[in-house]
Amino acid sequence: MLAIRGLRKEYVPGQPVLQGIDLEFAARGITAVIGPSGTGKSTLIRCINRLVEPTSGQVIFEGRDLVALNRAELRAARRRIGMVFQEYNLVERLTVMENLLCGRLGYVSPFKAWLRRYPQRDVERAFDLLETVGLAAHAQTRADALSGGQRQRVGIARAMMQEPRLLLADEPTSSLDPKTSVEIMTLMQTLSGMHAFPVIINIHNVELARRFAGRIIGMTGGRVVFDGSPEAITDEHLKSIYGGEDWLH
Amino acid sequence: MAARTGSISRRAFPPNWAARAAWLVFFVYLAYAASRLELTPARFMAGLEHGGKFLSRLFPPDFHRRELLLKGMVESLQIAVLASALGVLISAPLALAAARNLMPAWASWPARAVMVLCRTFHPVIVAILFVKAVGFGALAGILALTVASVGFLGKLMTEAIEEISLKQVEAVRATGAPFMSVVSHAVVPQVFSRFVGFVSYETDANLRNSTMVGIVGAGGIGGTLFAAFQRFDYDFVCAIVLTIIALIMAGEVLTLRIKKAFRV
Amino acid sequence: MRTWERFTLAERMARFTVYLGVVAAIAASLQSVEVIPEFIADAPEQVADMLRRMWPVAWGFYPEGVHEPLMDSLHIASLGTVLAVVMAVPVAFLAARNVTPFAWLNYLAKVILVSARSVNTLIWALLFVAVFGPGALAGTLAIAFHSIGFTGKLLGEALEEANRGSIEALQASGAPWLSVALKGYWPQVRPAFWGIVLFRWDINVRESAVLGFVGAGGVGMALDTALNLFQWERAATILAAIFVVVLVAEVATTQLRKRIL
Repeated sequence: MLAIRGLRKEYVPGQPVLQGIDLEFAARGITAVIGPSGTGKSTLIRCINRLVEPTSGQVIFEGRDLVALNRAELRAARRRIGMVFQEYNLVERLTVMENLLCGRLGYVSPFKAWLRRYPQRDVERAFDLLETVGLAAHAQTRADALSGGQRQRVGIARAMMQEPRLLLADEPTSSLDPKTSVEIMTLMQTLSGMHAFPVIINIHNVELARRFAGRIIGMTGGRVVFDGSPEAITDEHLKSIYGGEDWLH
Repeated sequence: MAARTGSISRRAFPPNWAARAAWLVFFVYLAYAASRLELTPARFMAGLEHGGKFLSRLFPPDFHRRELLLKGMVESLQIAVLASALGVLISAPLALAAARNLMPAWASWPARAVMVLCRTFHPVIVAILFVKAVGFGALAGILALTVASVGFLGKLMTEAIEEISLKQVEAVRATGAPFMSVVSHAVVPQVFSRFVGFVSYETDANLRNSTMVGIVGAGGIGGTLFAAFQRFDYDFVCAIVLTIIALIMAGEVLTLRIKKAFRV
Repeated sequence: MRTWERFTLAERMARFTVYLGVVAAIAASLQSVEVIPEFIADAPEQVADMLRRMWPVAWGFYPEGVHEPLMDSLHIASLGTVLAVVMAVPVAFLAARNVTPFAWLNYLAKVILVSARSVNTLIWALLFVAVFGPGALAGTLAIAFHSIGFTGKLLGEALEEANRGSIEALQASGAPWLSVALKGYWPQVRPAFWGIVLFRWDINVRESAVLGFVGAGGVGMALDTALNLFQWERAATILAAIFVVVLVAEVATTQLRKRIL
């Protein structure tokens, strides 16, 4: 489904943030990537859809190496990869409905998008997704009038509008309170169960990772130091990932 | 997902009739205005052909009459500098008088009226009037641009003064300080960096305008430009225009530096 | 002994240099400008004399000689502004560093914008009159080409301040560049855009009044004629009419801006 081979990233030459990552992802399930700040989790996620350009290595998605694609091919590939962001990254001034339909921009010509002539099928799908995420009453509300949790649900729905084969999430709950964080993670778990695509979540809350993910990858210093199930991760592992003991108890 | 047979398809974007009406009116107006002005594509195309010939007559620019060019530019610079200086001198106290948060109505209303009047007319119109009044030459230009500066600077400065925090003014007043001290210690510090920005913008604008008032006889490079035009001396025209562009670009860079020095 | 200084030495030097430069420029200009002192002394009297001659104002002149050219000036201002905006938008996109990541394109766009605004509307008008002949076409194009400079610059700055997050999201979904511009940048700059357009239109209404002095259409021609024939009362009528139009335009734009922001 998704294979990462020898991925390296150096923002400053000689100081690699990712030191050769090798990972394989199956066709379904939630994988949580944990690790201290600055260890390259966000870089890893962003290298997959090339929002950050890898310095070297391969990202093989659906049989093609994304790193080798040209711009047009990359755009086509990105249509199948949905992404959820820490700061939601909605277009604040547009309505919820319009934000959702932005998820189809990879499939609709700019002219049609400007005229707002999306295929009726997409419009129907948008309304259905709004019901799934519980925001049916807010279709015409402006995005900046919503709460953080609501905005993130719009963000998730927008990603789902792409009919993705892979869902990436870069710290989706870091800007939310604990209760809302659980709601968002539950939503992603539900969606992941309903559809057959892998979900890779970059998260710094270990408890959430343990509770919702089927697989945990621990990173430190730009390398993968743990790769296994949530039950298998022990305090020793967490110490080696994060360092220090005080925060564990 | 359940099939949606037989239901009315839902609309993602409810139509905004007010906006559509406004756009319709707008386009109708454009068509109307274009027809009133007799802007036809035919005239435009005819002009383009002529324009090609014109462009070739512009280039290469002719810099032979260097002294004339220099003289005109220097005069424009003088006009700009003096008009800005005079403008600042007059508009600073005027703006203070016009500030409604600091001054009583009998002071602020006349001051505001003066500034509005100064601002209404284009510098060229004011320049023509001064030429008719005081004769051709730089004096008319300086006076005209001073008027324009007072109008523009005055408005901006007044707005800046009206936006200050009165708490600081109150605090200085409470120490028993005389009015001018209140101004210098409570008002000026709050508005000074914005003032520097305004003055540099206005000097920049005066530099632009000073290149133009000469067209109506108020001194500066504009007169040289107009004369060259009437002689069909288009190479020289090109040289003058290029010099003007260079001068104004230099002016913009300079004002940027000055703003940095004052941490605007 | 501990001392307190408001500015560091470097800052003091910089400020001093600026003050010195300003004083030197003023002094040099005062010395060398060719202005006869008697004229300066005479000026107030001359101005008063001219104002006296403008009274009584020839109000009756308005319908026959002023109204139509005045409306022409308004149309020139409006059409010129619209044309300027249409031309300025692509240039603004090219000039914004976050939109167009190619430095040479940014530079080229910025040069175009600076050149456009360095050349006064009146000078543009001279050029266009030479190409298209006297009349409103030259005037409209002059307004348009000069306005690109400021409109493009302000629009470019608004684009550079756009929030990157939503842009990133649209790019991540595989949207083509034009859609990213339309749905990502445009909604963010829309209020600033309308503010800039209104501001520019207001200024252009003033600018269009003087284009007639070089033959580019509008009420300026009527004013020029009246002044050349020493018809002071008619000139006063025209000035009053311009005053009213400018005032109305300014009030209108202030009201509209309140609605947008």
